[in-house]
Amino acid sequence: MTAASPAVGMDGPGTGRRLWAFADRWLLKLFTIGAITYLMVPIVVMIVFSFNDPVGKFNFVWAEFSLDAWASPLNRPGLADALWTSIVVAIVGTFIATILGTLIALALVRYSFRGRNATNLFIFIPMATPEIVLGASLLSIFVATATQEPFKSIIPPGIFYPLGLPTIIIAHVMFNISYVVVTVKARIQGFPRHLEEAAMDLGANEWTTFWKVTFPLIRPGIVAAALLAFSLSIDDFIVTNFTSGLVNTFPVWIWGTIRNNLPPQVHVIGTAIFLIAVGGVAISTWLQSRGGRTVAIRPR
Amino acid sequence: MSLFRSRRAIPYLLMAPGLLWLFLFFVVPNVQMLLFSLSEGTLRTGFTTPPEVWDFENYTGSLTKFSANFSNSIVFGGLATILTFLIGYPLAYAIAFKGGRWKNLLLFLVIAPFFTSFLIRTISWRIILGNDGPFLTVVRDVLGLVPANFSIIGTPLAVVGGLTYQFLPFMVLPLYVSIEKVDRRLIEAAQDLYAGPWRRGGLIAGAISGGLVAIALQVGLGYGSLIGEDAAPAAVLPLGVIGAVAGGLVGGLLISQAFIRVTLPLSLPGVFAASILTFIPAIGDYVNAQLLGSPKTQMVGNVIQGRFLDQNDYPIAAALAFLLMAGILIAIALYAKLLGTEELTGGRA
Repeated sequence: MTAASPAVGMDGPGTGRRLWAFADRWLLKLFTIGAITYLMVPIVVMIVFSFNDPVGKFNFVWAEFSLDAWASPLNRPGLADALWTSIVVAIVGTFIATILGTLIALALVRYSFRGRNATNLFIFIPMATPEIVLGASLLSIFVATATQEPFKSIIPPGIFYPLGLPTIIIAHVMFNISYVVVTVKARIQGFPRHLEEAAMDLGANEWTTFWKVTFPLIRPGIVAAALLAFSLSIDDFIVTNFTSGLVNTFPVWIWGTIRNNLPPQVHVIGTAIFLIAVGGVAISTWLQSRGGRTVAIRPR
Repeated sequence: MSLFRSRRAIPYLLMAPGLLWLFLFFVVPNVQMLLFSLSEGTLRTGFTTPPEVWDFENYTGSLTKFSANFSNSIVFGGLATILTFLIGYPLAYAIAFKGGRWKNLLLFLVIAPFFTSFLIRTISWRIILGNDGPFLTVVRDVLGLVPANFSIIGTPLAVVGGLTYQFLPFMVLPLYVSIEKVDRRLIEAAQDLYAGPWRRGGLIAGAISGGLVAIALQVGLGYGSLIGEDAAPAAVLPLGVIGAVAGGLVGGLLISQAFIRVTLPLSLPGVFAASILTFIPAIGDYVNAQLLGSPKTQMVGNVIQGRFLDQNDYPIAAALAFLLMAGILIAIALYAKLLGTEELTGGRA
């Protein structure tokens, strides 16, 4: 937040000018501070309420400070399983979605082919579809594999229905592919093709060129896409709620438990995830600033 | 290695696995849901699907039966989009143009809410706005601004507030990207060519839009008079006047011609993308209405999830999901026409 450049967009002198300068200097700054505070308040509340010892079953009202929930963060039936499921789903789902999405992004940026624009549009559609429709349609098809022809006779029972870990992972890969494509695409647009040509001129075949030149250059994009996919996956509630059946992920577990109670453990796990995520970002930023020279080649 | 021999096949081979996944788990499911939406029966009895029956009653019937939920979704989703824009545009502008060395930190803070769970964020608002929560304790008990029986949880205000918070980053990030791209030299050129403050135009435009926004907020939030007796329609006019005065002040004093003629038009593609990215999840949400609202504030999403997951009434639920989708597509088409932009995919500028 730098100070005002000399009276942006001002003509004559007078009170207007002074007001403008004041506004330019302070109003926007104050607004920004206010808006950022607004964004932070629920996070602070989450952290504070992880130290609460609530009266009654719901951790909604501050009672007194306690470390009990932090001492036994997983001490709720099903919570540890749900957390574990969330992690497994996020890792497996991110892995698959990152590979599939990166391949599509490479094809879309590196090659011109018939149907490229149509593919771009097709990739965009799942992102423009509300999550509830994604979830509901997946539930429809999974149920249909058990109840409707022709699926019933083609697909052996037990793969898609009853719902469970495989259907959650399928769903997460589905909604993450588009995000991976868009993220990787943004990073490899304006890719320095001459570096590849140079490698080929020096006798490298396409395979070697890809692994020695192309891949290292697009790796930051792939890492960014994987991080995005992981965070979308581990936090997803709506699509998961439709495709999880009796298996719980952490968000689905919260949704189930809040009908009867809300233990402070929810806030403890939430705070822990938040701290790990922030720490991860901090470390990766630090690593990137250390490897500044490779970043410098990264196309804008 | 044979892969590279027929070069023209390479892009298709690269895309095949991902596109197949999307075909099997995005296209086919939607076709199946379309079939369910025209079917009869429940999970227990089994479904009779087209071509045996074509039950269009699922659509017409649920449109009338759940019209209140549809209007809730449109009003709450629309209001939340307007509010996120009012908060998000100045914030994105500040980060892009005045961020300086704080830029990365500010962007990080904007996305920081994503590092906690969506549900926990909503629960936090329930704590903050609850009857014994910090907000009402200050406003009601300490300042005495509202009557003792005033509550926020369970009202449209709480739901809209929750939606506004949840999707604010969706608004800020695309706006930031497009404002950041605006060529500063164009703004300097405008100033050299005597672009000054936007006095008269800003006063009028600001007053009109401020008044309209204030009235829309008041009507939307008092909608169904769920806030209580205080939300009588009489409050619409004074609030409209307050909004108009505020808008006029902002427009007349703070906004420059360079902003109106250069920065804003150049950032319109971002405005378009950002408001769609906010509106779509907001209108389809059911978590905020469930955790912050009351039975009267239920949105279409609540009905869809209840019908699918609790009652197993797939035909009606599927029809509702398609009606929601159709509503969104119509809204996007109208909006695209209004803004006159074809930058739907935000691709090549």
